Amino acid sequence: MVEVLRDNLGALWGGVVTTLEITAMAFVGAVVVGVLVAVFRVSPIPPLRALGAVYVELFRNVPLLSLLILTAYGLPYLGVDLSLFTTAVVCLLLVSASFTCEAVRAGINGVPVGQAEAARAIGMTFTQSLAGVILPQALRTMVQPLVNIFIGVVLGSSMAAAVAVPELTYTAQQIGNETAESMLMFVISAIVYIVIALLGGATGSVLERRLAVRR
Amino acid sequence: MSRPLATRVLFDEPGPRGRFRIRVLSVLIGVVVIAVLAWSYLSLTASGELEWRKWKPFVQQWAVWFMLDGLRGTLLVTVVAAVASFPLGTLLAVGRAGGQRPVRWLCTAYIEIFRSVPTLLLVYVFLFALPGLGLNLSIFGKLVVPIIMINAAVIAEIVRAGIGALDTGQREAGSAIGLTRGQTMRLVVLPQAIRLVVPTLVTQLVAIVKDSTLGYVVSYPELMKQANTLANNTKLLLQSFVVVSLVYVVINFALTRLAVALESRIGRAAPGAGPAALGEEIGEQVERPVARAVR
Repeated sequence: MVEVLRDNLGALWGGVVTTLEITAMAFVGAVVVGVLVAVFRVSPIPPLRALGAVYVELFRNVPLLSLLILTAYGLPYLGVDLSLFTTAVVCLLLVSASFTCEAVRAGINGVPVGQAEAARAIGMTFTQSLAGVILPQALRTMVQPLVNIFIGVVLGSSMAAAVAVPELTYTAQQIGNETAESMLMFVISAIVYIVIALLGGATGSVLERRLAVRR
Repeated sequence: MSRPLATRVLFDEPGPRGRFRIRVLSVLIGVVVIAVLAWSYLSLTASGELEWRKWKPFVQQWAVWFMLDGLRGTLLVTVVAAVASFPLGTLLAVGRAGGQRPVRWLCTAYIEIFRSVPTLLLVYVFLFALPGLGLNLSIFGKLVVPIIMINAAVIAEIVRAGIGALDTGQREAGSAIGLTRGQTMRLVVLPQAIRLVVPTLVTQLVAIVKDSTLGYVVSYPELMKQANTLANNTKLLLQSFVVVSLVYVVINFALTRLAVALESRIGRAAPGAGPAALGEEIGEQVERPVARAVR
């Protein structure tokens, strides 16, 4: 058992790194796209609002695995050739962005109406009041929902294993298969996932305290 | 108690110039959307994927029956997983909220571990690790048991949030009329707490439906696996997965709507809810249903 661990620690670590890479890219992308779609959904332009609504309903209701396989098989037909790693990141990003969008919208609606009224009263435009007054306050109340989405991204990144991207779950399964120490590998990966989730939660708590608005 | 949404005061009713600008932007966006759709259409036509003969099977009896078989599998997995994980989750929540110390620790440990582990990893444990250790479940079991184990932990947190959102007066009233702690929990707190979180529980059904796609991994014939078989046998890869993805979107969209409808009903009539528990805020107090729904 100790030898198995020693011989495969490098490979397992590679899986951890890939999982972290997928998670980091998909999460940052999801926040950017999610905020953008949320702005679409509250904008005064009807087609943008409709586009945002369709996006959210589509991507928060489609199972990640189904989207992943559809994209992996489907994109080549559109003449787009992405690596499986990129496909996994993009799918995870698109799905998580729909949840981020809803979290941002809830955050925007949670900002006291007086703030928006005040911004409008001193003559700020839609963009100015949103970017300068509403969003900065909304994002602060969204730390906890964003932590939840982050953990969702971490757990979701494991789905990439189903299309053979060598992230943590896939690597653990492969090593387990070769060494007949499956249980050990799975327990180690479970611990890694739990640690990542706990670290995410702890970071969230610190951020929440730092950013809290005193009203 | 209609709270005007902040989004409504973000912009004024546009004047003539504003309306003009909105119209111009609308047209521009329309052009972009149409351009993207046209490009997809042209690429798909170029590779011959939009030909009717490639889509025809999906309205023919044999393929429809094949997919309906998959739908039955998906619904069976979802219902069994939901029915089993709900009481388990409730027990865990009660254990964590009001049990004796060792019970509380055990429940907390279970919840914290299993809601931070990917379902796929747990499925792999049942698929690749446990048979070697002497536990070889049926294919259905290898799919459903991990889903139950994980969703019980998530549902426990949902129910616990409901218990926390209930006004403490309810518990105090229970003990004031001489009910034991167990009786108060069972007769006063739980029925109201569960009512409060019904919409979130329905949202969790969406997550369970999504989890059931792992039938693809264990080869249990639910929708995803059936679509894969169909794709392999007919070489209609794109078509099969487009159809199955749309079916999932329709099912989950209906469930999401149901959750929203329940939310507005329960927001109106929650007798024992504390002031913080009204409306959508309850969903925000629940710590991690969103995380699970992402998959």
